[in-house]
Amino acid sequence: MQKNKNEVWAFFSSVKLALFTFFVLAVTSIIGTVIQQGKEMQYYVDTFGAGTAKLFQLLNVPDMYNSWWFVSLLVLFSINLIVCTIDRFPNIWRLVHMDNLAMDISRIIKMPKRQAFTSDLSVDEIAQAVAGFSSSWKFERAEKDGGILFAAQKGNWSRLGVVAVHVSILLIFAGAIIGSILGFKGSVMIREGGSVEQIYLYDANNTPKPLDFELRCDRFELEIYDTGAPKEFISDLVVIEDGKEVLAKTIEVNDPLQYGGLTFYQSSYQPLEDGYAVEIGNETTKVSKKFFIRPGGPIKWEEEGLEFRIINRMGPYAMGRYRHKIFFDDASQRPVEFWTEEGKKVIIERLATNYTFSVRQLYYTGLQVTKDPGVWFVYFGCAIMLLGLYVAFFLSHKKVWIYISGEESRSRLHLSGTSNKNMIGFENDFSALTELFEQNDSLKLTRE
Amino acid sequence: MNSSQLLGFTTFAYLAASFIYIAIFVFRAKKLGLAASLLILLGFLCNTGGIALRWVESYQMGVGHAPMSNMYESLVFFAWSIAMFYLFLEFKFKNRLIGAFAVPFAFASMALASLTSPDIKPLIPALQSNWLIAHVVTCFVGYAAFAVAAGLGIMYLLRATSVDGGKEKNPDSLLATLPGLKMIDDITHKTIVFGFLWLSAGIITGAVWANSAWGTYWSWDPKETWSLITWFVYAGALHARFTKGWGGKRIAWLAIIGFVAVIFTYYGVNYLLSGLHSYGG
Repeated sequence: MQKNKNEVWAFFSSVKLALFTFFVLAVTSIIGTVIQQGKEMQYYVDTFGAGTAKLFQLLNVPDMYNSWWFVSLLVLFSINLIVCTIDRFPNIWRLVHMDNLAMDISRIIKMPKRQAFTSDLSVDEIAQAVAGFSSSWKFERAEKDGGILFAAQKGNWSRLGVVAVHVSILLIFAGAIIGSILGFKGSVMIREGGSVEQIYLYDANNTPKPLDFELRCDRFELEIYDTGAPKEFISDLVVIEDGKEVLAKTIEVNDPLQYGGLTFYQSSYQPLEDGYAVEIGNETTKVSKKFFIRPGGPIKWEEEGLEFRIINRMGPYAMGRYRHKIFFDDASQRPVEFWTEEGKKVIIERLATNYTFSVRQLYYTGLQVTKDPGVWFVYFGCAIMLLGLYVAFFLSHKKVWIYISGEESRSRLHLSGTSNKNMIGFENDFSALTELFEQNDSLKLTRE
Repeated sequence: MNSSQLLGFTTFAYLAASFIYIAIFVFRAKKLGLAASLLILLGFLCNTGGIALRWVESYQMGVGHAPMSNMYESLVFFAWSIAMFYLFLEFKFKNRLIGAFAVPFAFASMALASLTSPDIKPLIPALQSNWLIAHVVTCFVGYAAFAVAAGLGIMYLLRATSVDGGKEKNPDSLLATLPGLKMIDDITHKTIVFGFLWLSAGIITGAVWANSAWGTYWSWDPKETWSLITWFVYAGALHARFTKGWGGKRIAWLAIIGFVAVIFTYYGVNYLLSGLHSYGG
């Protein structure tokens, strides 16, 4: 029984399994990049034939990255990581905290890098000089086998780099799981001037999900370069709670609105059939008002005693813009009719005052709505991964020892050291240390 | 002088440098060493100047942005990264024979760039982000390292044919002039390690950016998926080396296979598969 358990444990902690999972994940991932994901069943029948489509359905190929078998592979990958980390961690921890003074002298003097010296000074005299020696190594001292042993190390914590990388992947997975359980994704379209209190989830039925607040869109703007390519999509959003405006923000692609744990991303837009935004300003009083209207019936601005309506439209012209014919009357003189270009401000000269007038197409702004409380775990995991990779690849655990022993009239000094990786780099460190010792006059060392 | 002229000259410099580096190897023309180094350095400086000038030109056109936004610009930057990484290797290892296996990649990238449209285009909304530079730079430093690692892999496999059971078959053969197998193996490994760190950073900056633009840090888009596949190939190579002691031909092959995955992630996905990441690079 014990043996069986060990075999199972060994299997799940093995690098062989890791390599196998890497390979299978990499190869199967290709499927979803070649076969389009998330299409209607009919697409697969038309493209690949009924039989293959049936097989695809069985294996959930149209949504393969969420399929039972792909998720199982990710679970296997995670188990492998967890078991391997638990399996190796005690040994790594032991190496980090190992007492280098406890090591056998016979092993110390046979380290990969070593240099022996002799001196006419006594053991104690040398030990005293070494203790007062200043270098980047911080030596500890012990009496051992009749001699004196000094030990120093650097970067012992770097052995944890590889653990950090493995744990970081688990953190990222944890973040993804938290996000999928506690979070959701959906979308909503808001008409300019309109507001919403619910969004629609990205599920099979587009289930409505109520918001804890009201979200209003005051303006959507589609900016276009001269080339006709889109320059920016902009929405002025206002969060309203209990009838009060609590937050206003202009969002654009790459700059979303965050409120109440939700994030609203600018993702699309749609022109509103027969919907227009008209802005009129009184040049004298500087009072202006925005109207969201449909063509046809007259619109009144009571305070100014004026009325207007859109009576005709021509276009579209360049960049999808229209021209509109406007009827305008403020009772101070005869009503006027004029053509105006979309988005352009015109000045209407009247006896009482001048008015500025502009009309443009109304839009729905399309927002993607996300709640993902797991994202900070993911980001934290990513930061740990980069840090861990750097430490694991570029820092090493270096150790050096100095053993001083007496031999008849002379003393002998053994300098030795090792590094868990980057031996070439360590060789430089070691020869620098060797030279420091050799050139130190108080030690009077002779290289053997 | 405008950026197209400078970059055109860069292409020539890399082409000439490739020939000279190959000549140094094939004709044992060590005397040409300095000329090769100066030429690649000159090419690199022109490449740098070309990128900087293009950046300035985009501002003069009123559509200012870092020149990293389409296939042309990314290929030019890829060439720049390869040249920089190679120059670093040559300086560090004092060996010009690697050049024959690395510099042609820089030329190939510039040559491919010359087949795409060099027009400076304004940035579409999704690309208007501070993450653009971080994402592109991290990815391409990684890609450049992997390109050189693949070159070293090819070099290793060639070199290995001249060695039998640890002994040189013919010490006077051309291949015997290449660095020893152990040294090539070591440089390949270090290059992969370096590339892996930057590829990881590239994937992460991409994920953070995607989250700030679209609200999803990972959506299994073909570009993302292929970058992950590439990551798995190199992760596999590193694990096999660290724990199973893999080296030599196996790692050389993995360096080549990994770079094929890089090429597909970078280039193949844009032309063969459809997805979100369709701006090039």
